[in-house]
Amino acid sequence: MKTFDYARADSVEAATRAGGRFIAGGTNLLDLMKLQVETPEKLVDISRLDLNTIEEREDGGLTIGALVPNSDLAADPRVIAKYEVLSRALLAGASGQLRNKATTGGNLLQRTRCYYFYDTAAGCNKRQPGSGCEAIGGFNRIHAILGTSDQCIATHPGDMPVAMRALDAVIVTQKADGDKRRVPIGDFYRLPGDTPHIENVLEAGELITHVELPAPTVGRHLYRKVRDRASYAFALFSVAAVVTVEDGIITAAALAFGGVAHLPWRNPAVEAALVGKAPSDETFNAAADALLDGATGFGTNDFKIPLARRTLIASLREVTQ
Amino acid sequence: MHFTINGQSHEAEVDVRTSLLDLCREHLGLTGSKKGCDHGQCGACTMLVDGRRINSCLTLAVMHQDDEIVTIEGLGTPENLHPLQSAFVRHDGYQCGYCTPGQICSAVGMLDEVKKGWPSHASADLTGASLDNAEISERMSGNICRCAAYPNIVDAIREVADASAKVDA
Repeated sequence: MKTFDYARADSVEAATRAGGRFIAGGTNLLDLMKLQVETPEKLVDISRLDLNTIEEREDGGLTIGALVPNSDLAADPRVIAKYEVLSRALLAGASGQLRNKATTGGNLLQRTRCYYFYDTAAGCNKRQPGSGCEAIGGFNRIHAILGTSDQCIATHPGDMPVAMRALDAVIVTQKADGDKRRVPIGDFYRLPGDTPHIENVLEAGELITHVELPAPTVGRHLYRKVRDRASYAFALFSVAAVVTVEDGIITAAALAFGGVAHLPWRNPAVEAALVGKAPSDETFNAAADALLDGATGFGTNDFKIPLARRTLIASLREVTQ
Repeated sequence: MHFTINGQSHEAEVDVRTSLLDLCREHLGLTGSKKGCDHGQCGACTMLVDGRRINSCLTLAVMHQDDEIVTIEGLGTPENLHPLQSAFVRHDGYQCGYCTPGQICSAVGMLDEVKKGWPSHASADLTGASLDNAEISERMSGNICRCAAYPNIVDAIREVADASAKVDA
C-alpha cells in the first residue's frame, strides 16, 4: 500500500474542505489500496461524523444518514415494513462482517469487481484512462450487457443501489462551498462512454450526507439475485421489483436491475410493458424483450442475456402471484 | 496511538497504513486472530469492535483509537473457555484450526445479531427469524474453512444458540 496522510474530520464542512479521499467503512477502498488500484495521497476519515441515523420525514419517507451501516439499515423495522426490497437487497450482499462496516454512502460508491480493473498489469480505461479495456475480448463472465461502450464493459457491483433505484431514492450531498444538492439516483451514476473512470456526478470534495427514500408505495416487493454461490457473491443478474396488481391488472411497476450495466439499470419501457396488462408469461416476455432490446454479450457473458430473461420472468411470476 | 483491546490499554507507534489485524498480530503480540486472505474474503481475522463483528484486515488501526476491541484472546482462557470455544472442541469444529478464532469471534457477533432480531438472506420472514441450520450457514458465510469443517461448525454454534435460547426463555 502506498502511504498517505490521514486526518479525521469533525464536521461535514471540514470533511468537504479537507482535500482528500473520504473513508468511512473502508471495506472497498482499503482492499483496492492494498492492490494499489487506488493510491490516494490523503484519507479523510468521516466515520465519526453525525450521519448515522434513520429519520422519518413528515411526507412519510425516510432520510438515511450516509454512515448508517448496511446491517443496521437492513434490520431497521421501518425499512423492513415499508421498503422490504431494500432490506432484501442489502441482506443479499457481502457477509455479516462486511455489512457491519460498510456504509450507505460507501455502498453507493463501490467500485467494479472487473478482474482487469483489479489487475494493475492489465489495460483498464477505468483505472488508467487510455490504457484500453482487456475485458473486451478477455474473460468477461461478470461483465455488462447493457449500456456498455467500446472503452469499458464493467458492472456496478452493488445490490443496495439496485433496490434504491427501484425506490426512486434521492442522494443528498454537500459540496466544499457549503452548497447542498439532491440528486435523484437515476441521475447520479454515469454510463462508461469515453470516460469510464468518472462513475457519478460527484464533484471534488462533495460528500454524500444522506439518502432519501420517498414515501412508501403499495405493492409487493421482491429482490432476486442470481450468483455463482448461494451466499457472499456478487450478482450475475439481480432484479429489484415493486409491483402492484389490482383486480387482475398490473397497475404499478418499478423495476431495477443489477449485474448487467455500469450502473443500477432501469428502463421505463420494461415497466410500460407491464402496467395495464394482466400478469401472464406473454406480458412478462414482452417486459424481457424491452429490457434486453440492444443487449450485447462479449463472449463469456453471453449467457447473461437468456439468464436475465428467465430471471425476470420468474421474478414477475412470483411478485404478481 | 492508544487502543483498548480485551479491556486492556495499549500504546503503540505504528505506520498509518497498519490494519487493525496487523496492529494486534505484529505490534501487540495478539496472534490469535489470523491473516488468511487479507482482503475481507475469508473471515479468519474477524474481531469484535464495539460489539460488532468486522474483518480486522480491512480497517485501519488509526481509525479505531476510541473503540472497544475484542479478539479471540479476550473471549476465554484455556482454563475457562467461552461457551463457543468449548462447543467447537466438543463438536470437532475444525481440522487445521486456522479459521477457528475468526469463526468463533464471528459466531459471537452473529448470535448477538440474532438476539437483536436482525434478519438474514435466509429469513423467509424478515420480522422474526428462527436460527435453523440454513440461517447459521448464511449468517456465517463470511468465514471460510478450507478444511470444510462446516457441518461441525454449524453443530457447535447450534448447541450454544439452543442453550442460550433456553436460558432466555
